[in-house]
Amino acid sequence: MALHSFKGGVHPQEGKELSKDKPIKELQPSGELVYPLSQHIGAPAKLIVSVGDVVKRGQMLAEAGGFVSAPIYSSVSGTVKEISPRRVATGDMVMSVVIENDNEYSEADFEELSHDQVEKLTGEQILEKIKNAGIVGMGGAGFPTHVKLSPKNPEKIEYIIANCAECEPYLTSDYRAIIEYTEKLVEGMKLILKMFPNAKGVFGVENNKLDCIEKIRSLISDDNRLSICELLTKYPQGGERQLIHAVTDRDINSKMLPADAGCIVDNVATISAVYDAVYLGRPVMDRIFTVSGDDVVEPRNFSIHIGTSFKEILNAAEGLKKPAAKMISGGPMMGFAMFDIDVPTTKTTSALLVFTEDEASKYETTACINCGRCVEACPENLIPSRLSKYSENGVKDIFEEWYGLECIECGSCSFVCPARRPLTQDIKTMKKQILTDKKNQKK
Amino acid sequence: MSDLIHVTSSPHVRENTDTKRIMILVIISLLPASIFGVFNFGPKALLVLLLSIFSCVATEAITDKCLKKKNTVSDLSAVVTGLLLGLNLPHTVSWFIPVVGGFFAIFVVKMLFGGLGQNFMNPALGARCFLLLSFTQQMTSFSYDGVTSATPLAQLKAGESVDALKMFLGTEAGTIGETSVIALLIGAIFLILMGIINLRIPASYIGTFAIFVLLFGGHGFDWTFLVEEICGGGLILGAFFMATDYVTSPITPKGQIIFGIVLGILTGIFRIFGASAEGVSYAIIFANCLVPLIEKFTVPKAFGIVREPSKKDSKLEEGAKA
Repeated sequence: MALHSFKGGVHPQEGKELSKDKPIKELQPSGELVYPLSQHIGAPAKLIVSVGDVVKRGQMLAEAGGFVSAPIYSSVSGTVKEISPRRVATGDMVMSVVIENDNEYSEADFEELSHDQVEKLTGEQILEKIKNAGIVGMGGAGFPTHVKLSPKNPEKIEYIIANCAECEPYLTSDYRAIIEYTEKLVEGMKLILKMFPNAKGVFGVENNKLDCIEKIRSLISDDNRLSICELLTKYPQGGERQLIHAVTDRDINSKMLPADAGCIVDNVATISAVYDAVYLGRPVMDRIFTVSGDDVVEPRNFSIHIGTSFKEILNAAEGLKKPAAKMISGGPMMGFAMFDIDVPTTKTTSALLVFTEDEASKYETTACINCGRCVEACPENLIPSRLSKYSENGVKDIFEEWYGLECIECGSCSFVCPARRPLTQDIKTMKKQILTDKKNQKK
Repeated sequence: MSDLIHVTSSPHVRENTDTKRIMILVIISLLPASIFGVFNFGPKALLVLLLSIFSCVATEAITDKCLKKKNTVSDLSAVVTGLLLGLNLPHTVSWFIPVVGGFFAIFVVKMLFGGLGQNFMNPALGARCFLLLSFTQQMTSFSYDGVTSATPLAQLKAGESVDALKMFLGTEAGTIGETSVIALLIGAIFLILMGIINLRIPASYIGTFAIFVLLFGGHGFDWTFLVEEICGGGLILGAFFMATDYVTSPITPKGQIIFGIVLGILTGIFRIFGASAEGVSYAIIFANCLVPLIEKFTVPKAFGIVREPSKKDSKLEEGAKA
């Protein structure tokens, strides 16, 4: 059988072997923890605590600030020390709650449900639990999950796709989660399926994770609504549009939602969080996190308390062999380079990568030779070299005519460019300008 | 952490292939034809190739210096141009022909338009056409084994019979690099396997040309004639190594196929209805000029775009919002 995939894409060096076989270890933070109020797409959460309050692990710090928003919970017990703007991984200053950890980890009361009790829950009740638990797209996008799971016509949803592709190099947090918490993933999927009577659950796994496929297969054989889709290992296989294409052969563009193609895509961590929220009554407090890179002494997978600083996690991985040259939040293809790692982790940060040599900025940019490698690599069927030129020259209308707004910013074009041109960066910049223009026009 | 931390936009990793590596692979792919040419035509051919390469590289270095630009010789693109130009010359030309040709290719066709990536015409072919028009006598007299003789393609046009096997092997009169189909194909297969070129342009070019010859060649469905037409002249060299020049061919996949078709038709017209037996060089530089137009009409639809967003749609959207 031919493996499912998409057109275009690239094959970066995987680097997953560094942390692939390191079991998930809980990391207990020691210092203060920082909770930015905006860890998701949509309205920032609204504060409900004030300085001096004593909070428990799992206590709500801020409630959802609207429908497209999510509440934020404390991941440790302690005292609210400060409420002020703090720097986050993207470099922005975001209003945050700072909590002094008392190292007790005393937890709030969570309502655990037995299997029978869960069976009796209706779709709306499950959705309510997801909403209250503050679950957002934990693969990186941070779109509130309860919004994603309430499409206009739930009966028209035919596929719930679990994004188990983890196509970014170096990252192994999803891999470890699938291997170690397979049951959470499968049961979480079953919970989501309860809301969609006509949907099938598909686990999309790249074929470099055959052990994951075996694990999942052993748990889903008794349920004919669940299946596995084996995907070709290729970047960006885990891109939402690429994954939908690989699994269902349906295509969506930037103006459509997956629901328009009858699909909902959720990341491994998100689906596991659904399990935690419904069965254990636990909100999003922890997440699985990879710390890796060629010169990290002990690359590892941690279960971190959200809000722990990146620096503390790096120290827990025994630090570096040489001084760092580049520090990335997320994967090497789409992650953000940080200038300071004393910033908090959030619901959506899945990795810290540290490189002691910065390969990408060593290269010198030369003239475009029109070779078309970016065209072959682009999973969105664009002409990146031209879009980059239109961006440099500021011609917005032609940029749009050549479908520039369809770019998913996966980085494949810059990755292959033999002239080392910053194609992705140029396109991103222009996209932002045009989208801002459009927003202003609406106002 | 003493050293400064780098902050750049993603992606933070890159593939190994750079422009220089691509140029090296192109040079390697031209080696079979070059070596064969030198064996076939003798040391004079080697001199022509070297002079041509030297002239191109020197012109680029001097131009960079005069224009106070960064020296770009190390990307090896001038070497490729020089080699291609040399392969497009008869080995009998005087020493100044490759020198003048190299200067024209690099200075006039490439550097005046802004250097690598900016020229709208293939530099080597631009220079060849310049030389053909300026030094017609030298550029069109060929010899083989010391005997002046017409190229097989010219013989074919004159209605004489030619030896197709010799044309395939290349033991016949012609420019240094165009004669041996087998040597050229070895290089072409190498380029395709290394992922440097794809078959869109060569296949549509040769395919269209073949159909054109069958329809208008005046020989009906004469397969021998067809094979001889394809093996003759600069078609194989042109189709795999010159028409596929990145800079002067369309970047859109559909555009590349159309480009090949245009080339096939033009080559057919020039060869069959024109005064000269040759037509590849003119066809390619003419089609080079059509590239912006071809690209304009072949912008591929982005992934998931079913139809053009029409005004009706946006009105509907607005209505829905209201």
